[in-house]
Amino acid sequence: MAQKININLQHVTRVEGHGNIVVNATNGKLERCEWQVPEAPRFFESMVRGRHFSEIARITSRICGICSVGHQLASIKATEAALGISVSEQTEKLRRLLKHGENFDSHILHVYFLVAPDLLGVPSVMPLAESHPEVVKRALAMKGLGSRWSSLIAGRSTHPVRIVPGGFSTLITEAELVELKQSILNILPELEATAETLQSVADRIPQFERKTEYIGLVDTVEYGLYDGQIGCLMPDGQKTLIGVEDYRSVTNEWVSPLSTAKYTRHQMDSYMVGALARINLNFQQLHPHAQKMAKEIGFSVPCYNPYMNTIAQFIEAVHSAYCGLELIDSLLYSGLEAEEPPLIQPKAGRGVGAVDVPRGILFHDYEYDDAGICISANCIIPTNQNHANIQGDMDKLVPEMLQANKSQAEMELYLEMLVRAYDPCISCSTHYLNVTFVK
Amino acid sequence: MKIPKVAFFDFTSCEGCQVEIANFDQDLLKLLQVVEVVEFREIMKETCSEPLDIAFIEGSFSREKDRERLQKIRQRANLVVAYGSCAATGGINALKNHKPDYKYKVEVYGADATMPHLETQKALPISAAIPVDLAIPGCPVNRQEFVRLVSDLLHGKAPTIPNYPVCVECKKKENICRYELQDTCLGVVARAGCGALCPSNGIPCEACRGFVDNPNLDSLVELLIKTGMQPAYAMAKARMFTANLVEE
Repeated sequence: MAQKININLQHVTRVEGHGNIVVNATNGKLERCEWQVPEAPRFFESMVRGRHFSEIARITSRICGICSVGHQLASIKATEAALGISVSEQTEKLRRLLKHGENFDSHILHVYFLVAPDLLGVPSVMPLAESHPEVVKRALAMKGLGSRWSSLIAGRSTHPVRIVPGGFSTLITEAELVELKQSILNILPELEATAETLQSVADRIPQFERKTEYIGLVDTVEYGLYDGQIGCLMPDGQKTLIGVEDYRSVTNEWVSPLSTAKYTRHQMDSYMVGALARINLNFQQLHPHAQKMAKEIGFSVPCYNPYMNTIAQFIEAVHSAYCGLELIDSLLYSGLEAEEPPLIQPKAGRGVGAVDVPRGILFHDYEYDDAGICISANCIIPTNQNHANIQGDMDKLVPEMLQANKSQAEMELYLEMLVRAYDPCISCSTHYLNVTFVK
Repeated sequence: MKIPKVAFFDFTSCEGCQVEIANFDQDLLKLLQVVEVVEFREIMKETCSEPLDIAFIEGSFSREKDRERLQKIRQRANLVVAYGSCAATGGINALKNHKPDYKYKVEVYGADATMPHLETQKALPISAAIPVDLAIPGCPVNRQEFVRLVSDLLHGKAPTIPNYPVCVECKKKENICRYELQDTCLGVVARAGCGALCPSNGIPCEACRGFVDNPNLDSLVELLIKTGMQPAYAMAKARMFTANLVEE
């Protein structure tokens, strides 16, 4: 039977930024299968040239409204490396606590607002307000905690204001730390409830595997998020560690005609970054409660199913909640000391900062002149690093679906779900996602 | 009263102002009782064919090919609100505007800069493409202010945004002036309404909400130079979020 598949999803919904999916097939023969990224380019690396080091993090923060905390942390670390600034143990702990807050916040947004509607069979979270009010109330409460968590430490969760080179311009108080601890404790039952909801819809997660290279931070202090070396895990289990200064040897950027964002490749044609990459690399360093949760919902590593990135994110949210509690206890035990960021004497230099933000490993690289003015910059964003891997998955998935005689509607849904699973942040990478099937 | 239908749209931006909608916690449920969100690509698959009461648009107008999409939204909506600084003034995106087109493309994309899909123009407020009924500044928008302004709009009351400088709010909070601390600050001409959030947290105001009407920019630049800043850099400082408002 002659069958024409013509998928043309312009501006895929429930993702940050704009992307298109285009697939054309006739009688089971694939003619075109493209993941396109048409986001409007924004040129941040050019904008920061000529700006003073004290402003850079607040400019690059605006790359992304969801992971602005992570962008500021990567930016500040790069500037500190360039100017030779070291930070106190207290500052580092507070930054790690802040990083956990962002991870929790962003993962909850993705799991509940962007992915859950697919699993519950609705177009968005809006109809759930009537059909599943308890789920929506829980989602809003958890998202509210995520936002308050970053706000208490950094002054605001979207484009924070207190993160400055050398420390914090204003410190969270001990009373606020106690308040944050109580808020996290209050949310623990909601995490359990989330696990139950996810388990109840687990059979809606497509079964699909493609072995790829996984890249993320590997840290000696904790599960790689705030700091560490670049860990590269191959499908055969071989793991290499590379210093963040040598990130360009990992990212190898190239420009694709399909995208305003750059693509990357390392040991294979593509690699994956994000929660699934981190969990494959660092599972043993997950908080025991998170490992227990993983076991309960039947998640184990190595996992080669990109759709499981959402489950990995949820396990990380559990990890961040418990690690957050421990970090708060540790900060309260030693007592917060009033610290002022150091007076900084500008000097010429270059520095790289890497942070594993919710969507994967992020690099900021700056060069300053002797007056502390930025003379060059390079930012490599997680979603850029995933674009080639998304294309690779589609190249394997679409023929498999054609083989299995899936309908166009099913194929569209699975392709959209695939893209959503990566939690792309396309504004970051520049801005977009479209599915187009051509007949 | 019929529940108004509202929709959110995005252009060149970080989408952070839209993310702020998710941060209302349980209050969001109350808001959803008074407005019906019918289209919001970032979190919804649904689209709406009926006329919209309000279209909220985040992001700058930075590509000629986006003009048509903006015009279509304008045709569908009774009221158009520029939502956040990128849409209201061009925001941070405008920081590239004073650099010649070839320069920023080559800096970011190198030898690939001539590829056609990388085409872009100056980042402008959406009012450069379509008429706008209200512009809500802020990077990101202030959630409380957003609710107040939309409430005013729906009740037929003229929405008001402060036209006095951030200094007023800073003084009310009894903050020590950044200039007393040998720092610089744009709060002297920046539009208030944020509660002087940045100076209250120990960093200078960078005028993310734009300037008050008729700001004395010559005086601002003079003030910055007095702190020891090089004149060229004082100009650059003044255009951080406001490049479209500062003459080259």
